[in-house]
Amino acid sequence: MAVTALKPGYTGQNLDAVENFGPNQLVYLHWEKHLMFCAALAFPFPPEMPFGAIVGEVLPQFYGPHPDFEKIDWSTVRWTLDGEDFVPDLEASIGSQGVGHKSMLRFWTPGLDGLGDSGA
Amino acid sequence: MAKKIPLKRKYEMMTRGLAWDTTYQDMDDVYPYDKFEGIKIHDWDAWEDPFRLTQDAYWKYQAEKERKLYAVIDSFAQNNGQLGLSDARYLGALKLFLTGVSPLEYQAHRHFAHLARNIRGTGAQVAAQMQSIDELRHAQTQIHAISHYNKYFDGLHDFTHMHDRVWYLSVPKSFFDDAVSAGPFEFFTAISFSFEYVLTNLLFVPFMSGAAYNGDLATVTFGFSAQSDESRHMTLGLEVIKFLLEQDEANVPIIQHWIDKWFWRGHRLLSLVGMMMDYMLPKKIMSWKDAWEMYFEEQGGALFEDLARYGIRPPMHAEQANNEKHRISHEVWAIFYQYTHAAGFHTWDIDDEHKAWLSAEYPDTFDKYYRPRLDLWKQMAADGNRYYNMALPQLCQVCQIPMGFTEPDDPTTICFRSREYQGDRYHFCSDGCQYIFDHEPEKYIQAWLPVHQIFQGNCGGAEIPDVLNWYHLNLGVDNMAYEGSAEEKIWNDWMATRRVGAART
Repeated sequence: MAVTALKPGYTGQNLDAVENFGPNQLVYLHWEKHLMFCAALAFPFPPEMPFGAIVGEVLPQFYGPHPDFEKIDWSTVRWTLDGEDFVPDLEASIGSQGVGHKSMLRFWTPGLDGLGDSGA
Repeated sequence: MAKKIPLKRKYEMMTRGLAWDTTYQDMDDVYPYDKFEGIKIHDWDAWEDPFRLTQDAYWKYQAEKERKLYAVIDSFAQNNGQLGLSDARYLGALKLFLTGVSPLEYQAHRHFAHLARNIRGTGAQVAAQMQSIDELRHAQTQIHAISHYNKYFDGLHDFTHMHDRVWYLSVPKSFFDDAVSAGPFEFFTAISFSFEYVLTNLLFVPFMSGAAYNGDLATVTFGFSAQSDESRHMTLGLEVIKFLLEQDEANVPIIQHWIDKWFWRGHRLLSLVGMMMDYMLPKKIMSWKDAWEMYFEEQGGALFEDLARYGIRPPMHAEQANNEKHRISHEVWAIFYQYTHAAGFHTWDIDDEHKAWLSAEYPDTFDKYYRPRLDLWKQMAADGNRYYNMALPQLCQVCQIPMGFTEPDDPTTICFRSREYQGDRYHFCSDGCQYIFDHEPEKYIQAWLPVHQIFQGNCGGAEIPDVLNWYHLNLGVDNMAYEGSAEEKIWNDWMATRRVGAART
């Protein structure tokens, strides 16, 4: 039973279906061990956007205020996509490498664990 | 002279004596809502109202309370009671409380009226009827408080409009929408039992004591006036649960699930109160952690021992909630600190004295996990670069709070949970919220999540000023840093005038 309802067979409508977002899909990004940023961030990205735009433009704009950000060695960064290990292709589009609607991208920066290693 | 009717007899005459079973129409057609949840009631007459309150007595008591209450409120207004506050920062907590909770009082009024009409037990009908009127009274009183504070301070000018739109007000709003869109017995379990009985002390006691400590006489007076109503509501909550559990064994697992669900929903909602207690009251009463230990772990523990004989165990995620008492106020403050530019109240940098208090109250977590970011933010503000998070946060599909809560075994890692349902992904802040979704996905896929609605173009535009305009919030006036705000300035001016006045006399 997917809902307790007065009317038998009642169904709901997903308010966040991908077609409601025009040319975009929702993507969530999160930098691990840096909880100066209180939660993962949500973005409407077109699936054609190259992954490199996330690394080159989005992350510096929003995570740049953290003193660790400029110390990141991008060759050592570890990513997961929807809970699975993931090696992004910066040239290819996000859609072509499995980043779908409401996908969750988390990244770890080895050796950088926040302010005084506090995880913040 | 007519003989006085004994109370018990009078109660029977004024409740069951006024009711009848319909014969022209089938009772199930007249009362269509009280069976679909699967709850079985065999004997409505077993319903006991320990107060035995009848309508005639009710009106008399309430009228007396109203007279006293409005005498104090009038005197508060005439004597500029707002100048007696400990500090204008207190208003942050007050604004969040008044804009978050007052519309819920009104929702409760409406839904108890619905229950009074739609459950077929007369004792329960009368109790719901009175609670409906109580809730309307509470909503009115709080609106009077809003009206007074709105004359002097920012952010309270359009609370009904904001309740339907503003991102963090969707947290209390969706909580109550969930309850009122459930059946009558789930509503009773959600609001009367889980919220009003199990968790209400965590809302009202700290908030009313906080108001008293911080010179907010209007709120204290309201609290006293509501207190006798609240004790009646709490008693109703416990009576409903015991009645349902005694009526049929098949009710037990249904009630248990509702307790599991609404305990967690209430705990998430109260994380906002935790933030107010630990971060927003200029004069502290007790930490959230201490309040949780006293009002849930001790009092709630005794309650669930008592309910064990009915086959009820403590709420499923109670251990996780206990575990989170060291964290949630800090995690929620981090959210509001960095998104204060989109809120209806100010936040501020935490001074050394306040940090020392937090460190003493939270010896296991504060210095290790939370002090470093507070220090950095303060430094950034001192450098003229006060931190605001300019991206929008990921929200939990169920509680709708930004996903800032951490893994049960690791306060440095956000707790991410997700599910696929009919080809789409849904994200949750906790095992508790995921559990709620799993049980009724058709309900929660319909969530109106403010961040997603902004991205769909339904909230006035794509930029923060457009969205705030749509919220009816004034950017830079109602919100952002307290330091340098118009509210800080006017408060300091008033206090300076007072000191000059005091020096002259």
